[in-house]
Amino acid sequence: MKSSNQVEFAAGLFLILGLAALLFLALQATDTEGFQRQDTYRVEAMFTNIGGLKPRATVSMAGVKVGTVDSIHLDPATLEARVVMKIYEQFDDLPDDSSAAILTSGILGDQYVGLEPGGSPDPLTDGDRILITNSAVVLEQLIGRYLFNTDGEE
Amino acid sequence: MIEALHPNRIGSAVRSLGRAVLFLLVALKRMRCSVFHVGETMRQVYYIGVRSLVIIMTAGFFVGLVLTLQTYDTLNRFGAGDSVSIVLSLALFKELGPVLTAILFAGRAGTSVAAEIGLMKATEQLDALDLMAIDPMERIVQPRLLAGLIAVPLLTMIFNAMALLGGVVYAVLLMGVDSNVFWGNMQNAVGLWDDFGSGVVKAAVFGLVASWMAVFYGWTCKPTGEGVALATTQTVIATAISVLLLDFVLSALML
Repeated sequence: MKSSNQVEFAAGLFLILGLAALLFLALQATDTEGFQRQDTYRVEAMFTNIGGLKPRATVSMAGVKVGTVDSIHLDPATLEARVVMKIYEQFDDLPDDSSAAILTSGILGDQYVGLEPGGSPDPLTDGDRILITNSAVVLEQLIGRYLFNTDGEE
Repeated sequence: MIEALHPNRIGSAVRSLGRAVLFLLVALKRMRCSVFHVGETMRQVYYIGVRSLVIIMTAGFFVGLVLTLQTYDTLNRFGAGDSVSIVLSLALFKELGPVLTAILFAGRAGTSVAAEIGLMKATEQLDALDLMAIDPMERIVQPRLLAGLIAVPLLTMIFNAMALLGGVVYAVLLMGVDSNVFWGNMQNAVGLWDDFGSGVVKAAVFGLVASWMAVFYGWTCKPTGEGVALATTQTVIATAISVLLLDFVLSALML
């Protein structure tokens, strides 16, 4: 029979080990955006078709992640998709005439918003709208168009 | 089969479920916090948590190893061997970690708790406590319930960490997947609250269920050698079935 002190020490050690495993997994193995309260500002863009874009998708410029998609709604007036993006505060000098396109990483990869820089000297600020947008390429529509065209030629 | 569906059998099954729920409610109602209870709970955490570490860590390591081995070879046929960490981490955090830990815990610790309480009952120790005006519900049952609730989530985390270690050993060390790609893919795919958090919630629920089943079957067993043996068996069966069933329910709820 172990003494009470040793038992309590082992139990305490077990708690520490378990919590350390929890922290390790939470920090090392997950998308830690739940922790980081990185300062962001919001920018929105209207797309005629967003394809399979989902909230939390990446927003990138020149391949570098500059933010995430916050929310996606259907605008009741224009019946277009309103995509609200959170851009990290450190990228506060993106030109305000930048354009946004919905792209796919690889053939079967996730869809993300790619920003293409413009030439304006004024930066994008909180609440701005990106005017030039390029909708997602929907594979089924492309195939449909291709089939339709070949049918017409024959 | 026909005998199992007999109204009396169904009635008694429903009745024992009701007894188990009432038992838990009584145990929770009489719950009191005091320094003594903290100490006793910690002692139980030692007996059921620390003593289960070896089997949990060994099982976790080999589950991770074999899961990675099987999925890596299949994924590699499609040139997607690098995504093995996504399959591994999602399967572990959401399902395998909590479920396997709870079932192993029932086999390692639940049985000993059931047998201990059953033996206390058989040797009339519970009655003796009652005579001394010590509520056995509070003195015996409550620390074990709480200890399960504390120990199983922690054991699950250790199980997951060991399984990831097994995955790293196979994928990174043996198969040469780049270590940054391995962790990076995982970090991109696993959401902190959606995926990881749901596993922690599941582990806590399963911990309560596993220790609940153990104390319930120990508490209600026939005070004979045969009764204690039956109680330990029933603990494992009831825990395994309710954990698997609850796993489905919780997954559906948290989807």
